[in-house]
Amino acid sequence: MSQPSIISLLIAALFTENFVLVKFLGCCPFLGVSKKIDTAFGMGMAVVFIMSLASAITWCADYFLLSRFNLEYLQTIVFILVIAGLVQFVEMFIKKSMPALYNALGIYLPLITTNCAVLAVTILNIQNSFDFIHSILYGAFAALGFSVAIILFAGIRETVNEEDVPESFRGFPIALVTAGLMAMAFLGFSGFSI
Amino acid sequence: MMKNKNSVFLNGLIYENPTFVQLLGMCPTLAVTTTLKNGFGMGLSATAVLIMSNILISLLRKIIPDKVRIAAYIVIIATFVTIVQMVLEAYVPSLYGSLGIFIPLIVVNCIILARAEAFASKNSVLRSAVDGVGMGLGFTAALSIISAVREIIGQGTILGHTVYSGAFKPITIISMPPGGFITLGILIAAINFIAKKRGGKKV
Repeated sequence: MSQPSIISLLIAALFTENFVLVKFLGCCPFLGVSKKIDTAFGMGMAVVFIMSLASAITWCADYFLLSRFNLEYLQTIVFILVIAGLVQFVEMFIKKSMPALYNALGIYLPLITTNCAVLAVTILNIQNSFDFIHSILYGAFAALGFSVAIILFAGIRETVNEEDVPESFRGFPIALVTAGLMAMAFLGFSGFSI
Repeated sequence: MMKNKNSVFLNGLIYENPTFVQLLGMCPTLAVTTTLKNGFGMGLSATAVLIMSNILISLLRKIIPDKVRIAAYIVIIATFVTIVQMVLEAYVPSLYGSLGIFIPLIVVNCIILARAEAFASKNSVLRSAVDGVGMGLGFTAALSIISAVREIIGQGTILGHTVYSGAFKPITIISMPPGGFITLGILIAAINFIAKKRGGKKV
């Protein structure tokens, strides 16, 4: 099977198929933790970290267990367990060994288990039959796309919150409309490929 | 705490509607609501998973140790999602095709885990089942409203039937990703507006 070039994978994950704004994956944290740029940045970095690791481990689980023994129908259960376990393990590990990083990322880690972008990227890796390296890269690039979107969005939201918005639109609705306008901008990238 | 089952049901359907009030489960809400058929299908699939997982988690609520409860809930939910996925693939392949990756992603739909943690783990089996039905139908109703609006404006059809005469050009952007965000934003704003008019609390 042919694998896409790394550059085209990067462009696709960052712009043309941005996980949040084009594919609607990871909307909950995108809308939930984007009130400040700092927290958005922390969340983005935590997602990059977990998504790369999760891509690697679930690829191995699929290659060595599921597809070897014709157990593909267990994919959802196995992958979500791997992700939940991984998140818990990473949380314990960095709490012990890197307290500074834990203080920065700690509160976002448990939230990542229910970030559908993580489960989605692991399933997409298998659906697109990426090899091991491409799976990890796709996981990392998709998470970078998520980070770009959430950091930009947080920047816009900080400004929007200071504006005089009609009362019914205050808070969540205006955030959604903002996200819609951002998605429109990202739509401009569609059809763009290398 | 609500006393009777009726109020548990209405609670999920209206007062604590998972999509419009609690703002949970945004990914499927935005992604699959391009046509009414997809939105309704996604709503019903999630409802089925929600009812079954609520019942089983409620049955097992005294057995599951507190420390591993989230992992246990996720396994239970993932099992039901796999069953729903197989049923859809076998009996409604067209819906299975158009919902695509969002079927396995029902596992990480925050609504289901939230109800397991907040309701089913503390309440009797019957009440949990009713809560599942109410929340599930609330989710389905919300998805149906959003997807009907998007299908009518974005494609000029409803369930595949043409609504307008030839003179109307559908506003395609509404059925594309940006339209999902904007439609939901405006719908929530409209609900806020009505709630305020009626003196209710703001969402």
